[in-house]
Amino acid sequence: MTLITEDLVEEHGINKEEYSFILKSLKREPSITELGIFSAMWSEHCSYKSSKFWLKQLPTENNNVIQGPGENAGVIDIGDGYAAIFKMESHNHPSFIEPYQGAATGVGGILRDVFTMGARPVALLNSLRFGDTSHEKTKHLLTGVVSGIGGYGNCMGIPTVGGEVEFNSSYNDNILVNAMCVGIAKTDKIFYSKASGVGNSVVYVGSKTGRDGIHGATMASAEFDENSEEKRPTVQVGDPFSEKLLLEACLELMKMDVIIAIQDMGAAGLTSSAVEMAGKGELGIELDLDKVPCREKNMSAYEIMLSESQERMLMIIEPKKEHIAKEVFDKWELDFSVIGKLTNTNKMVINHERMKKAEIVLDILEKGAPSYKRPYSINKYSEEKINNEKLIDKDPISILKDLIGSPNLCSRKWVWEQYDHMVMTDTILIPGGDSAIIRVHGTNKGLSITSDSTPRYCLSDPIEGGKQAVAEAWRNLIAVGSRPIAITDCMNFGNPEKEEIMGQFAGVVKGMIMSCNELDFPVVSGNVSLYNETNGKGINPTPVIGGVGVINNLDIFADHNFKRKDDIIIIIGKTDGHLSQSIYATELLNINTGLPPKVNLAEEKKNGLTIKSLIESSLVDTSHDVSDGGILIALTEMAIKNNIGFEIETDKSNSHRFLFGEDQGRYIVSIKEKNLIKVKKILEENNVIYTIAGVTIDKIIKVNEEKIHIDMIKEIYENWFTRYLSE
Amino acid sequence: MKAAIIVFPGSNCDRDIAVSLKKISEIEPLMIWHKETSIPDCDIVVVPGGFSFGDYLRCGSMAANSPIMLDVINKAKKGMPTIGICNGFQILTETGLLPGTLIKNDCLSFLCKTVSIKVENSNTKFSNLYSKSEVIDIPIAHNEGNFFADDDTLNKIKDNDQIVFKYCNNSGKTEKEFNPNGSIENIAGIINKDGNVLGMMPHPERATCQLSQLNDGEKFFNSIAESIL
Repeated sequence: MTLITEDLVEEHGINKEEYSFILKSLKREPSITELGIFSAMWSEHCSYKSSKFWLKQLPTENNNVIQGPGENAGVIDIGDGYAAIFKMESHNHPSFIEPYQGAATGVGGILRDVFTMGARPVALLNSLRFGDTSHEKTKHLLTGVVSGIGGYGNCMGIPTVGGEVEFNSSYNDNILVNAMCVGIAKTDKIFYSKASGVGNSVVYVGSKTGRDGIHGATMASAEFDENSEEKRPTVQVGDPFSEKLLLEACLELMKMDVIIAIQDMGAAGLTSSAVEMAGKGELGIELDLDKVPCREKNMSAYEIMLSESQERMLMIIEPKKEHIAKEVFDKWELDFSVIGKLTNTNKMVINHERMKKAEIVLDILEKGAPSYKRPYSINKYSEEKINNEKLIDKDPISILKDLIGSPNLCSRKWVWEQYDHMVMTDTILIPGGDSAIIRVHGTNKGLSITSDSTPRYCLSDPIEGGKQAVAEAWRNLIAVGSRPIAITDCMNFGNPEKEEIMGQFAGVVKGMIMSCNELDFPVVSGNVSLYNETNGKGINPTPVIGGVGVINNLDIFADHNFKRKDDIIIIIGKTDGHLSQSIYATELLNINTGLPPKVNLAEEKKNGLTIKSLIESSLVDTSHDVSDGGILIALTEMAIKNNIGFEIETDKSNSHRFLFGEDQGRYIVSIKEKNLIKVKKILEENNVIYTIAGVTIDKIIKVNEEKIHIDMIKEIYENWFTRYLSE
Repeated sequence: MKAAIIVFPGSNCDRDIAVSLKKISEIEPLMIWHKETSIPDCDIVVVPGGFSFGDYLRCGSMAANSPIMLDVINKAKKGMPTIGICNGFQILTETGLLPGTLIKNDCLSFLCKTVSIKVENSNTKFSNLYSKSEVIDIPIAHNEGNFFADDDTLNKIKDNDQIVFKYCNNSGKTEKEFNPNGSIENIAGIINKDGNVLGMMPHPERATCQLSQLNDGEKFFNSIAESIL
């Protein structure tokens, strides 16, 4: 018997109060297996103990929501009997320690969350954040993460269709790898994790259990220090081939009436899946660990319960139907083992080698889990205007060259060309635009999907930043002509035990709530990753928002690429020229003070809905939201793909603010000249502020008198990654 | 008309090719699990793309030894039209039905993009609706698409007019700079000497208007439909 010492308890991330609650509830000292189970279930990662209080306040319902937070993934009704099932999840800590496997298993985990609910995954996205490009580890982490994501998704045959990449020194020692998956199911064929039926079998399927990833959830709930690399053995190793087999086997079995409940074994492995399934069903569960297929010899009950080996699922099946399920898993050459049964005791009982290793009342693990309203203080920067004398003394085209060839604004093609973004042949809009569009297979209906965050806005004003993150995801979905439905969120922050960090979290959530309510854009799933700190220094607050929308008729949508010469270019929304916290200010002027642009939600909604109706009435087929970098960057992004340039005029005394300011709620559209009167009428009827900025022309980018050939801009824009990595 | 599509564990373009065969060629796709030992009555055999057996050991090597492959090889040798796309091409070279081999891309990473390829031989069952030297846009998506053959083999391939597709730029130039993966002589697809077995790395099934604006793959499927009528 392992002696439970104070040190051992502390090593398990359980504090003194939590431990005395355990002693009081069990009325005895826990066994080492039980201690491990508490440690995993009460880790920040599994219990959301610091974030629950705030997350509960997020809106989670609208007319389309079938399942909000609390399941493996969120579910929305997309019409015609179909549902979209989606979620985003972080794999930050493992990816820093071992970038290829960390990122790969992040993709694997999010895929399982989606197909465990009965959906065939149809799209992957990922939001990646790395340290400064000059940091010694950045190249290694970037190449490792990108190939890990590709290695897993490509092998699975699921297209990776979007995402984002940002470089910022706040991520030097804590990179962020957030993966999102979207799947499609029939609304009457959705599977949940709530166990039912005393006496039903608990079935283990998938790969064998090894010693990899033990305590991954606990690791993900602690700060890093210089010894973190020693944690490499806690990173799981991915096997996308097994996952592909698991996917096909599960979907095949799901067509038959066999599975009562199913959940993937993700963070905290067998422990969390068993506890959550039985807990939701208000039942008990008894497991015989001798029946668990193991990869290594002499694994202890502790190791088996806490292993985070990948590509495994837990199912509840009626005993009389076991043979049907076994046949399917035999075909796919996957392990299939009945490892226990459901009981009516409300207890989890773990037996191993003819000994009882754990016996815990489930309520203690779940309802007894700690929940803290940690002290917080929402701090924002003070307002500070950037005076004219601080602006760069260069013409706009020179600045465009500097910005479009900078790490945070250049083309991400080097990244997404390493991902198979076309497999399944339903990718209608490939990466590089505002949203990807995926056709619902065999129909003329589409899903628009995006992921986004602007951490520098959240750092300088958490509430505005939270508002903006949700609003920008909404805008991205609108820009392609879809109807935004709901979001998933991945909340990446530093150490919540610090008031300032908790304040960032609270502020961001408050801002998100405002946007979610105003835009009818609820949260249906999500994930929290805290303690993204190293040696006391936290990351910028990074709430990544994954948005999903619907296009009912794929004959009509928009993308951001100019399509014709002589189109009229119109900027929708009000341009004040807000430079504080813009890329222009932070990266060119090195001014990081001041407040981010404000999101006016009433304007946001009005502008967005007007754009959507212009696209739906086929008056607009080219539209792009104005975000990082401002108007000139947005216009250039519109020009590059089809080699169609533009000519715009600005007020020269104010051109930098106009061209590089990051005012919110704006879009750029280009329309055929013959439609101008109609479009103006609609904009005016809706009281939408607009500016006719110029026209599209042949292959030249022209701002007032200055001009440059698109080919030159393209060279700068498209080759940053290759140049950086070959340096 | 029927097509037998061989499904291995890890295949992932099987559905895509089935959709194109049905939609464009009006051929009924039959999905054949790799553990079967004989191919049912059909007019063409398709070895689809994907990651059969996870690409473990070596791309295509394990699939080439699956039970069904004995019959695939047998029927191909008797003249059955057979195509291998991407991983299917790798598998067919592993079986010896096609010469050469496919090694890692010279950029050392997976590459997914739409590329231009030039029709070098339009006298095959699979390319006869294209004109010779026609430049078409077809997506690629692979990590090991770098075709390699020793000098003798390469000379034979050339002498027998077995090169069907070459990577090129949009005006048909086949210089090395327009080669995405390092393939010898920019080879993107070849046919066997008898003219009934084709292997190619690009995915024509991804260019049948299922993805917006890409339709250069349609003639590929129409060629098949006409030639096996």
